[in-house]
Amino acid sequence: MEQIAFYIFSVLTIGLFLVTVLSSNVLYAMTSLAAGMVIISGLFFLVGADFLGVVQLVVYVGAIMALYSFGMMFFDATKDIKEKNTNSYLVFALGGMIAVMFVVIFSAPVIGENIQATYFVTGATNPQAVGLILFTKYLIPFEVAAIMLLVAMIAGIILAGKKMDDSLTTRDENHEEDTTFGLKDEK
Amino acid sequence: MDAIIIETIIKAIIVLSVIAALAGFGTFIERKVLAFMQRRLGPMHVGPFGLLQLAADGIKLFTKEDIIPQHANRLIFMIAPIITAATAFIALAAVPLLPEFTLFGYTVHPIVADLNVGILFILGAMASGLYGPLLAGMAQANKWGIIGSARTAILFMSYEVVTGLSLLAPIMLVGSLSLIDFNNAQSGGIGEWMVWQQPLAFILFLIAGFAETNRTPFDLLEHEAEVVSGYATEYSGMRWGMFFIGEYANMITIGFMASLIFFGGFNDLGFIPGFLAIILKVSFFFFLMLWVRASWPHVRPDQLMWLCWKVLMPIALLNVLITGLVMMV
Repeated sequence: MEQIAFYIFSVLTIGLFLVTVLSSNVLYAMTSLAAGMVIISGLFFLVGADFLGVVQLVVYVGAIMALYSFGMMFFDATKDIKEKNTNSYLVFALGGMIAVMFVVIFSAPVIGENIQATYFVTGATNPQAVGLILFTKYLIPFEVAAIMLLVAMIAGIILAGKKMDDSLTTRDENHEEDTTFGLKDEK
Repeated sequence: MDAIIIETIIKAIIVLSVIAALAGFGTFIERKVLAFMQRRLGPMHVGPFGLLQLAADGIKLFTKEDIIPQHANRLIFMIAPIITAATAFIALAAVPLLPEFTLFGYTVHPIVADLNVGILFILGAMASGLYGPLLAGMAQANKWGIIGSARTAILFMSYEVVTGLSLLAPIMLVGSLSLIDFNNAQSGGIGEWMVWQQPLAFILFLIAGFAETNRTPFDLLEHEAEVVSGYATEYSGMRWGMFFIGEYANMITIGFMASLIFFGGFNDLGFIPGFLAIILKVSFFFFLMLWVRASWPHVRPDQLMWLCWKVLMPIALLNVLITGLVMMV
């Protein structure tokens, strides 16, 4: 039963991500990316990692929604995009890397039989187990990731915050010409 | 093993049919309540009190021609409404709808999938439901649709942070992500309801819930006066109907979540038995959504973003901080 589900999920994931890479329509590409991410969370549910599966769902749904808004700004979603790619060296290098990756993938099960969970938590439910490991063994990587996100957030605020003083909602009449959002173009 | 599978399938079918019927009935209730509040009569010509209006609307929706615009992306256009309707019911799978009861000597747990991360699952599934309006708007080659889907992205990025942070404080207090644990933590009567301990979190969750279900103060996606019908402009017939079944099912889910997390869930309430108590609570939240629709104007997209990020998110963070301090000290 679980094996059938696993194969269904993995075939769907690979197929959807192939569509993402090969399609030249931005709508198909992003939709299949989103669907693939949702189906990967199914793989987490299969092995009993409910919490990680749900986190995968919540995080990637939001992240790809942001990608969509970029796609909306830059592309016409109903037409195909004409790609111009004449760099044959890139194709050669990518092909070689894919071949290497296949070797790694097929040799992984042989090596993988020796893999065991390093930190085994007993007697805790799913989110608790993640929390226990995250805040004891992996505390420093966790904090480093937090600092990295903080740096990214401050950079984003500085880049975007040049006109923070005149907000769209609370602006007064004097600043109205400055904003580029033509809400009152008629007059 | 087989018994569990059969039981789950039966439960899923029952939940699907009952909630879909309720969602259809919800449109009738909405029209009647709005009419009452606005001193009109509402639907009244078809059947007693206009009750058969529901059947008339259903027949109309089912038999209407399914139009797909010429330049639209056909595949995406066709699956977008299914995403909205399906995710709304997937979210309901993790909701404990009624207390346990015994039927012919067999104990029934009225929850389709008892996950121990139920709250996060519901939020995630409902969030992915917004892909329906987003894809519908982008696929239909219509400028109102594009505006509708841009507004979907704005709506999503605004409310999502508030929902998560507002629920974090109650989750810290209960120490579990399962809705059944939430229900059991409040089994001691009205005095133990979470809303007395976390009134701020409840108000924030309710505001975010209104945004999540695309209800009136925040119904930017398809506001007629501005963007014709937004993402649903080009839709007709049953595909249009599926968007609305999804929306009403989401309203019911938000009602269940609010009553399970903050209002004691399906515990017995004095002389009222548990199953009646939760139905009454969910009905109240459903009514509240209609009430708000009748009384409040809707906000602009930029106002919603301002509200969520500059007002509600700091309040929610403060609430989490204070809750944490109180718990530790």
